[in-house]
Amino acid sequence: MTAPVTTTQTPTPGPVGEPFEPLILGFTCNWCSYRAADLAGTARTKYPHNVRLIRLMCSGRMEPEFILEGFAKGADAVIMTGCWPEDCHYRIQSVKALRRFLFLRRTLSDLGIEPARLQRFYASAAEGQRFADEIARIVAEVRALGPIQPEIRVALDGHPVAPAPAAEPVEVEA
Amino acid sequence: MTIQAIEPTEAIAPTEAEGVSEGVAKPRYKLAMYWASACGGCDVAVLNLGMKLIEFTERWEPVFWPAAMDAKRQDVRAMEDGEIDVCLFDGGIRTDEDAEMAHLLRAKSKVLVAFGSCAGEGCIPGLANQRSIEHVFAAAYDPELNDVNGGLPNGPWESPYGELELPTLSVRLRTLGQVVDVDYSVPGCPPETERIAEVLGAVTAALDGTGPLPPKGAVLGAGNSTVCDECKRERGVKHITEFKRIQTLAEIDPTLCLLEQGLPCCGPATRDGCGAKCPAAGAPCIGCYGATQGVNDFGARLLSAYASVVDASEPEDIERILAGLPDTVGQFYRFSLAASLLHGGRS
Repeated sequence: MTAPVTTTQTPTPGPVGEPFEPLILGFTCNWCSYRAADLAGTARTKYPHNVRLIRLMCSGRMEPEFILEGFAKGADAVIMTGCWPEDCHYRIQSVKALRRFLFLRRTLSDLGIEPARLQRFYASAAEGQRFADEIARIVAEVRALGPIQPEIRVALDGHPVAPAPAAEPVEVEA
Repeated sequence: MTIQAIEPTEAIAPTEAEGVSEGVAKPRYKLAMYWASACGGCDVAVLNLGMKLIEFTERWEPVFWPAAMDAKRQDVRAMEDGEIDVCLFDGGIRTDEDAEMAHLLRAKSKVLVAFGSCAGEGCIPGLANQRSIEHVFAAAYDPELNDVNGGLPNGPWESPYGELELPTLSVRLRTLGQVVDVDYSVPGCPPETERIAEVLGAVTAALDGTGPLPPKGAVLGAGNSTVCDECKRERGVKHITEFKRIQTLAEIDPTLCLLEQGLPCCGPATRDGCGAKCPAAGAPCIGCYGATQGVNDFGARLLSAYASVVDASEPEDIERILAGLPDTVGQFYRFSLAASLLHGGRS
């Protein structure tokens, strides 16, 4: 279950030759998956450190824009977690999140971003072990996938891929 | 419309004529309009002002407007910095010439307006950001028909008359705001002519000091809500079980919301201001007015809206409904791909 992660460095697409440590953004819901992460923590369950968790009240609060912003800020993958659909604290919101997930995954795929870079799993408040296992599985999958290609990273950073021409020399022609 | 360029201010002399009637000479402001990677529809939308345009030329002197008058780049270069009062810049930045003109007009203009969807968010030309330059050229040019530069119209080539140079395509189309500092934007493909009249009127008043100056970055000539708010069609609770293509429908309910009828309408994410003319005519909104206030990514907002009204809870049912949108990028980012958070994805 625990992927052997020994480094304490911030995961970055390191220099050539070093093992790639993906940076993964994870969204959790207040009532289930965050509690699962909490349980994993209090139970001292080990799982890879590559994931950065953000707590939302509900997975239905998850706007696709948050995920795109995550990619734009340099995440190699994004995970949406939440309650099992039948247990959702806000009744049907977990299902709405599932629909957004499927719509967004298709769109990202059409944009050339591997579907595996957007993941979703459920974990109830009692499933700390499952939470850790799923994170380990996803980290291994994304590590095998490699970093989002360098040219995409540049584009996502908002910098022009093609260098802008030097500022026009403004000379008054006589 | 004046055809003379650069120095017709005194020749037309409306300031004196008006000054006589009102006692105070009103200044005449300098207007530039330029097209970068655009279709020219924005320029036509301005020309559609018709007689109103003649009235505007009493207060506005066009000093540079390739679509409508004869003035050259060196005429702009010869101007002082900030000499142009307002520049309406339409078209995205896809070539080195586009970028050069963007920098030049930014320097020469007091107020630079990203005019129309291309300059604001990339529009249709921005959809080419999905592919590499090689792919774009392969789709557009046949080397067997063009014998210069291996068939590709890119960069310099030796002609019998000396070296000629065509602008070079950059890797991606960028919006005007991704290249230079932009003061205002006017959305639309093209902006509605009556909105253009309002914008020009408001800008004139602001420069005269008789009206408020919009805050920098403001979107002019549009609202802060969505096309759905302007649309006259009846809206109920939506349960979408299938996305339909308009050409497959035998008839369209004339009063019911188009999205409720299964047509992928972009109204829920699109800024209002157009008058919801497309849905009124029975065609779904295609989103040309861009993302509404507070939305950073048009496609993310629209797909979120669709996902909320899809009537399915099992993954395979959701996938089946989603398959009714054969081109998700074209549906969700038809006008906004270059300005989207992912800038067009991986080419």
